[in-house]
Amino acid sequence: MIELSNVHKSFGKVEVLKGITASVEKGEVVCIIGPSGSGKSTILRCINGLESYDSGDITVEGARVDRNAPSIVSIRTQVSMVFQRFNLFPHRTALENVIEGPVYVKKEPRAAALERGRALLAQVGLAEKAEVHPPQLSGGQQQRVAIARALAMQPKAILFDEPTSALDPELVGDVLSVMRKLADDGMTMVVVTHEMGFARDVADRVLFIDGGVIVEQGPAKSVLNQPQHARTQDFLRRVLHPL
Amino acid sequence: MQSFWRDTIEFLPILMNGVALTIIVTIGSLLLSTLLGLIWALMRVSGIGVLSGLSAGLINVIRGIPIIVLLFYLYFVMPEFGLTLTALQAAILGLGIAYSAYQAENFRAGIEAIDKGQVEAAQAIGMGWWQTMRRVVLPQAIKIVLPPYGNVMIMMLKDSSQASTITVAELALQGKLIASSTFKNTSVFTLVALMYLTMSIPLILLVRHFEKRAGQK
Repeated sequence: MIELSNVHKSFGKVEVLKGITASVEKGEVVCIIGPSGSGKSTILRCINGLESYDSGDITVEGARVDRNAPSIVSIRTQVSMVFQRFNLFPHRTALENVIEGPVYVKKEPRAAALERGRALLAQVGLAEKAEVHPPQLSGGQQQRVAIARALAMQPKAILFDEPTSALDPELVGDVLSVMRKLADDGMTMVVVTHEMGFARDVADRVLFIDGGVIVEQGPAKSVLNQPQHARTQDFLRRVLHPL
Repeated sequence: MQSFWRDTIEFLPILMNGVALTIIVTIGSLLLSTLLGLIWALMRVSGIGVLSGLSAGLINVIRGIPIIVLLFYLYFVMPEFGLTLTALQAAILGLGIAYSAYQAENFRAGIEAIDKGQVEAAQAIGMGWWQTMRRVVLPQAIKIVLPPYGNVMIMMLKDSSQASTITVAELALQGKLIASSTFKNTSVFTLVALMYLTMSIPLILLVRHFEKRAGQK
């Protein structure tokens, strides 16, 4: 469904992606792990055109991702994004955040969008927060609204860019359980994360990225339990046993 | 003091004619400068090199010319190029253009103060540039922009008196005409000053209100 083939990307003189080739099948949950600055987030941002890439190809259901082409709008409505810092619109209520895309981008009738928006908020456990503005919500609640906003676009896949990294530890669980439910329902997901437990339990596949290349990839349990590469082993040791 | 009250009763009706023109000039140029300022600011942040360069150049040229010279140019020079304006039109146009530069810089600062994540979130749900501005960036920027905008309103009210230099009989010019024909300088100019102050006070309170609101999150 999402294909990356030999993708290169530089910021100025720094090459952050050095030939990434990967694919994500429909219904698959792929976790991307790796040290900070390894290019994990950049991959997600290239997939929905928030960043351009210098060479190679990224396609979503066969359509090439080009952030300057008009086709990018249709790709973005098919591939939603959830951000590390939530990026909810603070001047709109939770419910208005959720229906913003359906009503103003996809031109759905407002009444239908409202009804679906409320159902989505209920799905992430926030039915009673529909009329609340984001600054009055906790980080975990904001992130769940952001997930509802992504779902409201009825996307074929959702990209999660470190969705729990900005949260207090006790709020991480609520967000992860919403994500797990999505995965169980068959949503295609690409998740950049430091939550190794989530990756092990939920992901079908794990990509370990370091220095702009995919060092190792495979079924989640084999990459996380029996990593083959020294760099993967070293990274996992430091993440799982920081002391 | 007694003579001041007598003069007030005598001159106030004439000065009120000036107040009407002062308000027309202020509101007219405020609307024009807001519209132009918004256009310059959006050009500036458009990310399109030509537009943003053009806007930066325009703003610098406008900022570098005194308002009074701009007014003279519009009223006395433009007729030579076939564009004849009434004094009132020239005043509104001149003040509107002059203040558009400050409005633009104010709007730009407000737009640039909005977190980049907001723009990315808007793009990620498929919004284009204009929709992102209209639905996401500008509604948030308004809160930041309003206090300085209120100050511009006060400055414009006072600078509308410059229209007197091209014969717009607004408050300052009315005052000057009465004073020079009656020699009652003290009464007339005290009255004129008080009338400007009276018009400014609601605006000053409005700015304070904006500032309080911008302070709340």
